[in-house]
Parts: sequence; structure tokens; C-alpha cells
Amino acid sequence: MESCLKGRVGEVLLPGDVFRLARTETTISLSDPEPDPLRTQKVVCGPGLRRDGDHVVVSCKSGVLKHKQPNMYWVDSQQRRYVPAKGESVIGIITAKSGDVFKVDVGGSEQASLSYLAFEGATKRNRPNVQVGDLVYAQLIIANKDMEPELVCIDSSGRANGMGVFGAGGLLFKVSLGLVRRLLTPQNEIVKGLEKLFPCELVLGMNGRVWVRAATVQKTLIVANLLESSENMTAQQRPILFKRVADGNLQIKKEGGRERDMESE
Amino acid sequence: MEVCSAVDVKCIKSNSTLREFGCEQSLLSRPDGSASFIQGDTSVMAAVYGPAEVKVSKEIYDRATLEVVIQAKVGLPSVKERSQEQCVRETCEASLLMLLHPRSSLTLILQVLHDHGSLLACFLNAACMALMDAGLPMSCLFCGVTCAIASDGQITMDPTAVQEKESRAVLTFAIDSTEQKVMMSSTKGSFSVQELHECIALSQKASENIFKFYRVSVQRRYSKTL
Repeated sequence: MESCLKGRVGEVLLPGDVFRLARTETTISLSDPEPDPLRTQKVVCGPGLRRDGDHVVVSCKSGVLKHKQPNMYWVDSQQRRYVPAKGESVIGIITAKSGDVFKVDVGGSEQASLSYLAFEGATKRNRPNVQVGDLVYAQLIIANKDMEPELVCIDSSGRANGMGVFGAGGLLFKVSLGLVRRLLTPQNEIVKGLEKLFPCELVLGMNGRVWVRAATVQKTLIVANLLESSENMTAQQRPILFKRVADGNLQIKKEGGRERDMESE
Repeated sequence: MEVCSAVDVKCIKSNSTLREFGCEQSLLSRPDGSASFIQGDTSVMAAVYGPAEVKVSKEIYDRATLEVVIQAKVGLPSVKERSQEQCVRETCEASLLMLLHPRSSLTLILQVLHDHGSLLACFLNAACMALMDAGLPMSCLFCGVTCAIASDGQITMDPTAVQEKESRAVLTFAIDSTEQKVMMSSTKGSFSVQELHECIALSQKASENIFKFYRVSVQRRYSKTL
């Protein structure tokens, strides 16, 4: 039914690639009074795909076509610039305090706003302790092209749920959005490899910002370098590097004080 | 401007092969998207920033603001660069879906590394690859093709600097990938209507090769994440 889209899952698409859907698999129409049981196979277009009329889907980004059961399709592309999307969790930097909102840089084209009441346990009397320059892990509740993005640090039941201001220490760096999405997939090989190497705290923002804290500064730096270099590595090259780091690390423990070698790994 | 196949008979006398071309994407670390494009000895590097914050004076309330900057190899930007900037900007504006990023700025910087003919075509190709690398939404791709008409009427595709200098007219077209139509044309010198049609037909034919190359190039880039 969805032959033309399904047949190209896993292939690389370029902007302007056209898919003509058969009449039975129209994209969702809201005005259909009584859905025909034969027409249940409707296609949901995700990022990178655009509807052009009722029966035509056009790609508008370059990347790999992905599919999720039963009928969701999207284009997975390697971008660097973040475009805020509703519901995504991001790492932001507080840039200003103005009245009762904080301005937060999330890497998009506009600064996001974060109300001081949107923290766990915050009231008008009891303001959260947030300073300019602090990092926050927050969720976007308003994000569309026409409005200023808005962040919250609580979930719908008023709990922090892992969000809020970051503690001291740790290192923030940027990677591509594609790598973050890869790291966030369940049972990811890179994260598994890191877990075996060092115990570390890892916060992944969908805006491409990654925050790491390990036992020592050196270990934090190693983890950061490993993540950055795993961006341009194949699945075969990665375990080799991880093994080299693991071996090198053991050596350092034995001999002690060979910091320079650790850095270069 | 579709041209019928009657022109094909005359194509035989023209030199319709392109020089070898090459491309590399995301080679720079700081911009959001970058590419270098090489056509023969002509080489251009492109970088894209955006969608980013925009100055209030340049803000457009319902779409993105696109700025194209061409950096010459030496010296300050002159009238020639300005006119090329305009050609590239109008082509990019036609293919980008700028309505999806209102009140933001897109900046495209094109740096000449070496000019050995067909520079404007190379600008267009580098720009397209860089915009694609930045992941900006586009309705179609575009490519640039340059033709030179010699004094005896012979048409050379993708001319070198020497061939351009000796020619009677130089024509550059931007061709879109979905319908192979002309998006932009920039011409210099005198030519007949017949010759213009021939050049467009030849450019449309040559654009197929360039788009094929785009696809191979992007496939190679994503090969590691497949």
C-alpha cells in the first residue's frame, strides 16, 4: 500500500524527491466524515517530509529515510543548528533575568523564556536560585515558528523529574543534532561503551549540547573527546578506540602521572 | 523555458562535456553547514549560518532574511561580486522554503579559492551543497552551468578562463532539479535567440550529471550512519 515510501526506507534522500501515494493511502484528512476501512493506511509525515496536495509527499532535507510502525516516515539528517520543537528536552544557558522570566539561549534563532515559577517548589515568595550564566535542563512547552519558545523545568504534575539548574563541575560541549539523537536511542552502542569505561553523568540536550561529569577532570575530558570523535566513526572503528582508551587508562593507573598520554587519547 | 529536441542535431558540433568536478561537505567546524566545490581548476568554499537571530532592521515578519556574501581571492568586494551575490541570492531564495523560518537570518558566505572559468556556476553549486549540509528546508535543488559561445558559433560547456576570454558570449544558468527549468540566467556578450535555446538545452542536459553527482556525494556522506 505504502509501496513507494516503504521501498526507499534506509535510502538517502535529497530535497525535492517526490513520492506519489496511491489513492488508498492518503495523508490524514480531518474532514473525512466516515473513514473507509480500506483507507486505514494513512501516512504520517515527520521532519524533512512535506505534503504537497493530497497524494504527494516531497522531501525537503537531505538525509536517510526512516520508518516507524505502522506508518510514520521522516528524514534523519545531520544538522548542527537547532530549531526548537515542542516537547523536546534541551540544555539552555541563562542569559538575562527580566522581571519574572529568565531569557535562555537554547541555540535556536530566538532566545527562549523560562518563568521563575516553572521550577519545582517555586512560589512568588520563594524564588529559585538561578543566576545569569547557569545551565538549565528544561523542556520546551511552546515552540513554533511564529512564537517565542517557552521552557519549563517541571512536568505536568509539578515535579522536577530530572530537570532544573545544573550543579557545579562538569563540562558542556556541542555535537551535531544527529549524534545526540543517536546517543538517545535505547541500548545505544556508544553509551554502552562509555558505561564500561568510566562511570559518568551524561546529560543530552536535543539542541546538540552535551554535559558530562566524571570522577575527575581528566576522565571528564576523555569522555568528551570520545563523544566528539565518535561522530565521524563507523561502528567497526568505535570499539577499537574504546579498547585503546581502556588499555591506556589501565597503564596510567599502573605508572601514575602520565597525564599527557591521557589527554591525547 | 522548455526547449524541444530539434536542437539535439546541432549539439553534435558543440563541446558538451563538463570538466571533472568534486565536492566535500561539512568540512568546517564552526558554521552550521559548509561545502567546497571544485570544477576543473575553479574552486569555491561555502559556509552557511542559520537560522540565527536577525537584526531588527533586516527582519522580515513572515520569512527568513537571506544574505549572500562573496569574498574575492584578493581585494575588496567590487561591483562584479555584488552582481554575482544578487544572482546567487535570488536563486537560493527561489529554492529555499523561507516561510518556515520567519524572523531569522540565513547567511551564506562564498569564498573564492581559485578562479579558472565558470565561477558563477561554481558559486551556485557550492551554495546548494552548503545549504543542503546545513539542513535548511528546500523545495528543490539547483545547479549552475556555464556555456561559452565562440566567434564561430561553437558552444563550449563549463569553459575555462581562457575559453571564456576568447568567446563571443558567456551564459550561466541555474537549473532546478525537479523540472529542469531555468531559475536564473546571467549572460554577457551577444548571441541569437537560437543560440540561447541551444545553450539552455545543453545546460539542462548537463544538469542531469550534476544532480547525479550531488546524490552520490550525499550518499557517501551518510554512508557511516546508515
